[in-house]
Amino acid sequence: MSAADNKPQTHPSDPETTGHEWDGIKEFNNPLPRWWLWTFYATIIWSIGYWILMPAWPFLGDDYSKGLLGYSQRQELADELAAAEAARSEMNAKLVKADLSKIEDDPQLLEYAMAGGRSAFGVNCAQCHGSVGQGAPGYPNLQDNDWLWGGTLEDISTTIHVGIRSTHEDTRSGDMPAFGLDETLNKEEIAAVADYVLSLSGNGSGNEKGAEIFAENCAACHGDDAKGNQEVGAPNLTDNIWLYGGDRATVIETITKGRGGVMPSWEGKLDEATIRQLAVYVHTLGGGE
Amino acid sequence: MQIIIGGLLVIGALLGLIMAGKGDDSVMRLHGSFILIASLGGIFALIKSAYDNKEKPAQETGYMDTVIKYGLIASVFWGVVGFLAGDFIAWQLAFPALNFDLPWTNFGRVRPLHTSAVIFAFGGNVLIATSFFVVQRTCRARLAGGVAPWFVFWGYNLFIVIAATGYLLGVTQSREYAEPEWYADLLLTVVWVVYLLVFMGTLAKRKEPHIYVANWFYLAFIVTIAMLHIVNNLAIPISLTSSKSYSLFAGVQDALTQWWYGHNAVGFFLTAGFLGIMYYFIPKRAERPVYSYRLSIIHFWALIFLYIWAGPHHLHYTALPDWAQTLGMTFSVMLWMPSWGGMINGLMTLSGAWDKLRTDPVLRMLVVSVAFYGMSTFEGPLMAIKAVNSLSHYTDWTVGHVHSGALGWVGFVSFGAIYYMAPILFGRKQLYSLKLVSLHFWTATIGIVLYITAMWVSGILQGLMWRAYDSLGFLQYSFAETVEAMHPFYVIRATGGVLFLFGALVMAYNIWRTARGDVRAEAGVPAPAAG
Repeated sequence: MSAADNKPQTHPSDPETTGHEWDGIKEFNNPLPRWWLWTFYATIIWSIGYWILMPAWPFLGDDYSKGLLGYSQRQELADELAAAEAARSEMNAKLVKADLSKIEDDPQLLEYAMAGGRSAFGVNCAQCHGSVGQGAPGYPNLQDNDWLWGGTLEDISTTIHVGIRSTHEDTRSGDMPAFGLDETLNKEEIAAVADYVLSLSGNGSGNEKGAEIFAENCAACHGDDAKGNQEVGAPNLTDNIWLYGGDRATVIETITKGRGGVMPSWEGKLDEATIRQLAVYVHTLGGGE
Repeated sequence: MQIIIGGLLVIGALLGLIMAGKGDDSVMRLHGSFILIASLGGIFALIKSAYDNKEKPAQETGYMDTVIKYGLIASVFWGVVGFLAGDFIAWQLAFPALNFDLPWTNFGRVRPLHTSAVIFAFGGNVLIATSFFVVQRTCRARLAGGVAPWFVFWGYNLFIVIAATGYLLGVTQSREYAEPEWYADLLLTVVWVVYLLVFMGTLAKRKEPHIYVANWFYLAFIVTIAMLHIVNNLAIPISLTSSKSYSLFAGVQDALTQWWYGHNAVGFFLTAGFLGIMYYFIPKRAERPVYSYRLSIIHFWALIFLYIWAGPHHLHYTALPDWAQTLGMTFSVMLWMPSWGGMINGLMTLSGAWDKLRTDPVLRMLVVSVAFYGMSTFEGPLMAIKAVNSLSHYTDWTVGHVHSGALGWVGFVSFGAIYYMAPILFGRKQLYSLKLVSLHFWTATIGIVLYITAMWVSGILQGLMWRAYDSLGFLQYSFAETVEAMHPFYVIRATGGVLFLFGALVMAYNIWRTARGDVRAEAGVPAPAAG
C-alpha cells in the first residue's frame, strides 16, 4: 500500500497544516487550546503553593523543606490517636476500675464493653475464632458453653492476658502428649482407646482394653469420668464437642501426634480496658460460666 | 546484525543447556530447556535462511510485515489468555472455592499470570507489532537489523512463557508487575536492547525529513522501560544455578523503587506506548489530519517530564517521608493536562469526520478508547490527592480505576489497531465482518461499564466501612464484614469480565476468518477502506 491510499483529507475550510506528511498523515498547525493551557498553569501554581505550605523538597543531607504549616504525618496520626483515646478515656477508666464480675450488672458499662468487645474481637480474634466466635478446627468455638480453661469472666480475662502455650511467663499450658510418636502406645492400643473415647459421647460401643488404657494414660488429665480438667486445659471428652474433629481418624491422629494449639498473650498488645471489653463480649457470647 | 543475533543464540543455547543441566530447582531446569530449545530453533532458522539466500538472494525490499503478522496473532492469543485468567480470578474473589485448594490455581499465583498476560503478553505484543508497523510506514523504511525483529518477537514471547510458567510453578520475586526472576529479567534486557536498536535503526534510515509524533512516543516507551526494568530488577541470585534472588533494595527505598517502576510502567508502557498507537491509527482511520502539532509537542514533553515523578502517590500514608508523598501527589496533579493533551488531539482529530463513527465500528473503538483514556487520566490525579487517597487506597476503587484504563483505553485502542492492521497484514481487501466488530464493541463496552461501576461502589463502600466508627468510638465493622459486603459487586464485576472476554473471542474469530480471506455478506454496511 502506498502513501496515496487512504490519505487523511483536508477541506477548504480547514486551518493550515505544518506542511509535513507521513504515510498520508498531516498535522494542523492549531494553537494550544486556551482552557487546556490555563488549567495546566493552574495545576502548576497550585503545586507550588502546596510546596510552600507542606513538606516538599529534600535538601542535601538528611533534611527537607518543612513547609509553612508545619505538617507532619506522624503528628497527624498521633493527634488522631490521642483524640480517639480521649473520647473513650472516661468510660475506659470506669471499666478498669469496676469489679470485673459486676460489669455486666451496670447497663451503661455493659453496653460500652459489648461495643468495644465486638469491635476488638473483629480486629484481633476473628482471624482464628471466626467472625462471630464460631471457631474452626483447632480454634475453639466461643459460642457454646464448653470451656477448656474456664468460662467465668475471671478465667476468660486471664486467658486473654496470658495466652495459651504462649511466650508469656505465666502462660496457661497443658500438654497432650504424642502417644504414638513417643511410642507410649502402639497402633492397636491407640485404636482401642480411640474407640473407647468415642463411645463416651455415644459414638459406637466401647471396649474393655480401651477403658484400661484410658485409665492408665488419659485419666490423669481428662479425669476418671473423662469430663476434663480446666486446670490443665484438658477437654471434656463426653460432650461430643470436638476441637480438632470427632471422626475416628482425627481422634486417632490426636492421640498419635498430640495437640498443642497456641493462643497468643494479649497483655501489652491490648490495654486493660480492651481486654476487659473482650472478656465481657466473649463471656456473653455463649453463656459464660 | 545476523552475526550478532547468531552469537546471542549460541550464548543462549549454552546458558540454556547449563541451566537445564545444573539448575538447583526443577523450574530452573525447565526454563533452561525452554531457552535451549528456543535458541536451537533460532539457530536452525538462521542457518536455513542463509542457505536459502545462497540459492536466491533475499528480497530486502518493501516493508517487513510477516513478523508483525506473527505479533498480531500473538496479541490476540495472549489477550484471550489474559482476559480468561483475569475473569477466573474475579470469580475466585466472589467464590473462594474456585481456588480448588491447589497451589497452581491459587489466586496468588494466577493474579500475576493475569496481570503479566494482559500488560506484557497482550499489551507488549501489540506495542511491538504496531511500533514495527507504524515506524516503517511513517519513515518509509524497512525495519532495520535483518533478522533482528524476529529475534525481538520470539525472544519476547519466550520471556512471556518463562514468566507465566514460573508464576504457576511458584517462582516469583514478589515485585508487583515485575514478578519474573533474575534470569528472565536478563533475557528480557537482551531482547529489549535489540528492540531499541531495531527501532532506532529504522528511524535512522527514514526517508522522511521529520520523525512522526507516534514514533516519539514509541521511542520514549522503549527507552524508559529499559531504564525502569533494569533498576527495579537489580537483585542478587542466591546462586547462579538457583531461580531465587534477593533485591538490592530494602525497606521504604525498596517500596519506592517498586512504585517508581510500577507507576511508570503505567506511564510509559500503557500510556506513552499506546499514545503512539493512537497517533497513527486514529488519523489514518478517520482520514483527517492530527488536530494540533504544537499540542503534540508540548504534551509529549510535559508527559515525559512529569510522569516519572508520580510514583510516590502509591505510598501515601506509609513510611515514605512526607516530602516524597507531597512530590508524588503534586506531580500527579500537574500530569492531568499533559495526559489530556493526548485525548484532545485524539478526539479533535475527528472534527470534520464525526459521521464516520456511525458507520465504522473500528473507528468507534479507537475513539471510545480515547474517551476512557481521558476519564482514567482525570481519575488518576484525583485519586493521587491525599485526602481522596485516604479513602480510595487499598480498596476496589483502585482496581476499577486501573481497569477503566486497561480495558477501556489500552484494550480498545489495541483492538482498533488490530482490526485496522489485520486485512493489510493478511493481504485481504477488508475485515471478515464489521457487524462482529460492532458486536465486540458493544459487549465489551457493557462489560467495562459493569466492571468499573461495580468497583466504584464496592471500593467507596469498602473505604467508608473501614473508617466507620460507632457512637461509642469503636470501629463499626470488622474486616470480614467488609469482605462480605463486597460479594455482590464481585459477582457483577466478574460478569462484566465475561462480556469483555466474549468480545475478545468474537475478535479472535473475526481475525481468523479475515486471515482465511472470507468476507461475510452484510447488508447496510458500506465497503470500508482496507486501511
